[in-house]
Amino acid sequence: MKILVCVTSVPDTTTKISFTDNNTKLNRAGVQYITGPYDDYALSRAVELKEQHGGTVTVLNVGEADTEPVIRKCLAIGADDAIRVNADPTDAFFVAEQIAAIARENAYDLILMGRESIDYNGGQVHGIVGEMLGLPSISPVMKLDIEGSKARITREIEGGKDELEATLPLVLGCQEPIAEWKIPNMRGIMSARTKPLKVVEPAGNDTLTKVAGYELPPPRGAVRMIPAEEAETLISLLRTEAKVL
Amino acid sequence: MANNTSFESPDLYGIDDLLSPEHKVVRASMRDFVNREIIPVIEDYAQRAEFPTFMPRKFGEIGAFGPTLPADYGGGELDAISYGLMMQEIERGDSGMRSCVSVQSSLVMWPIFTYGSEEQKRHYLPKLAKGEMMGCFGLTEPNQGSDPAGMQTRFVEKRDHFVLNGSKLWITNGPIADLAVVWAKNEQGRIRGLLVERGMEGFSTPEIHHKWSLRASSTGELVFQEVRVPKENLLPGSDGLRSPLACLDQARYGIAWGAVGAAMDCYASALRYALERRQFGRPIASFQLVQKKLAEMATEITKAQLLCWRLGVLKNEGRATTAQISLAKRNNVEMALNIAREARQIHGAMGITGDYPIMRHLMNLESVITYEGTHDIHLLILGSDITGIPAFK
Ligand SMILES: Cc1cc2nc3c(=O)[nH]c(=O)nc-3n(C[C@H](O)[C@H](O)[C@H](O)COP(=O)(O)OP(=O)(O)OC[C@H]3O[C@@H](n4cnc5c(N)ncnc54)[C@H](O)[C@@H]3O)c2cc1C
Repeated sequence: MKILVCVTSVPDTTTKISFTDNNTKLNRAGVQYITGPYDDYALSRAVELKEQHGGTVTVLNVGEADTEPVIRKCLAIGADDAIRVNADPTDAFFVAEQIAAIARENAYDLILMGRESIDYNGGQVHGIVGEMLGLPSISPVMKLDIEGSKARITREIEGGKDELEATLPLVLGCQEPIAEWKIPNMRGIMSARTKPLKVVEPAGNDTLTKVAGYELPPPRGAVRMIPAEEAETLISLLRTEAKVL
Repeated sequence: MANNTSFESPDLYGIDDLLSPEHKVVRASMRDFVNREIIPVIEDYAQRAEFPTFMPRKFGEIGAFGPTLPADYGGGELDAISYGLMMQEIERGDSGMRSCVSVQSSLVMWPIFTYGSEEQKRHYLPKLAKGEMMGCFGLTEPNQGSDPAGMQTRFVEKRDHFVLNGSKLWITNGPIADLAVVWAKNEQGRIRGLLVERGMEGFSTPEIHHKWSLRASSTGELVFQEVRVPKENLLPGSDGLRSPLACLDQARYGIAWGAVGAAMDCYASALRYALERRQFGRPIASFQLVQKKLAEMATEITKAQLLCWRLGVLKNEGRATTAQISLAKRNNVEMALNIAREARQIHGAMGITGDYPIMRHLMNLESVITYEGTHDIHLLILGSDITGIPAFK
């Protein structure tokens, strides 16, 4: 089985976000990057499927050279090789185009990625990739088992779960608890040194969106504690201050 | 969230730019490991003064034991900076856990790798790397601490074996160890290393209780009463006090990095608390006196990070000297202890509880500043290096 796992390199969840260039760019100074958390789940499941069924796991990242630590970590976790498309991934259509271009050259049985990246949280890429390749795309997948050429999938839907069966090849957006996310061990990090990481230039440059500007959400107000016995005060504050009643 | 990386190390000087992608992967992995395996449980174990016995296996799985040794012996072939970053992350969790790893890697695996026969290396190192076997290092004695040259533990030759007598005190991992690297004098008064295994008759390891420091680490005594040690358990390459001291250089190098981790944890907790805690109608972080504390902490951590990084480069080049390692161990442990004390004050009364890691770090560091060469002994090592006149002989 040939599995492609698409991973993002995103600011750590504890990062303090600020902007530069007239609020049109993220200020990257001092930001620590991690593998997209949902992508981590996708990769962990891919490595487990490889252990069960054999085959290969290739990691794909659309990103500039500074994403290498994230790619090396994926190799250390158990991917066999990696491809980096050398471009800044700000536009979902552009990223999907890059993934589709790589996928067309290689017959993957599964193309896995996170349900969304946690920087822009677009959640569009798997859908667009599926459309570009003419393959079914399903998201968010919380359980995935493979039997021969069939995939048994559990997908989260509004207020419940959806049990699906589909024939490979497939494009899937993944989330917990599809697998327990893995921490690479030190020997894995060593063996990642000799695993191939191919850098390719982007195919096309069709961005459909342009950043006009970023804005931070307003700071959270301080919490006011109102004793339980003073319900009237609460009602009057909700009326006069919060103006929600 | 998948990645439990709820910690970001302070990096005021862009020191991360000096790290390779591999260094960053090592740090990120150990950070995730510490967040997942150590931080959620360590306060409880420390409060109960109990060693988490499942931890050696976990350390073995992640590859924390002997990470710089060749893969043939179960190592990870990582460089000195990666090793340092691992120690930093583990000690951010707890100095006792870092002590367990330091002893196994630097004081047990390293001497077997450096002074051991090929057979000894093949027999012990892979098991030690996996955490299936735990080791300890016996140098200090009841009457010989800073002055190990005067040690009283001795062995004599009897046909096909040695007979070992004496005792060692303050031995990290002693009570849980399957194997002890024991430093003892032969009949000529020469210090040699012996591998003493649990189960050998006359060898016992009573535990030291009532510690207020390194409470989650297991510390004990090694007692040798007419212990018959097979001759093949002598470390053939070990010769003189130089041998155990070279082991200490390895461990002290790791402590210099580890202390930065403990300091970072105290600083991060203090910064968070100062921003959240309000007095006089404002966050306490808005007061100049609190900012002075935080700014000084950040400054000292930055200096310590630079010391570590440079020492790591020197070590990778095989050039790090004992005096340089002493300087970094001494500076960084004192720095961490000062930061822990200041951080405790910023937390006010909350700072004395186990809801915050501060008191645990603070008490742990009181051991770290004493073991592996006391704070003052490191001054004397530096003083001797600078003047050429040893003050402690
Ligand atoms: C928790 C813990 C774990 C330990 N683990 C291990 C271990 O695994 N293996 C091991 O072998 N040892 C271990 N040790 C022992 C440790 O290395 C010793 O405690 C240390 O070397 C100091 O020895 P001492 O305690 O006998 O103090 P002493 O040597 O008696 O020193 C007492 C005081 O006198 C000062 N002093 C001594 N000589 C001089 C001098 N010439 N000039 C000026 N001042 C001097 C010292 O700086 C110190 O302040 C551990 C200790 C602790 C607390």
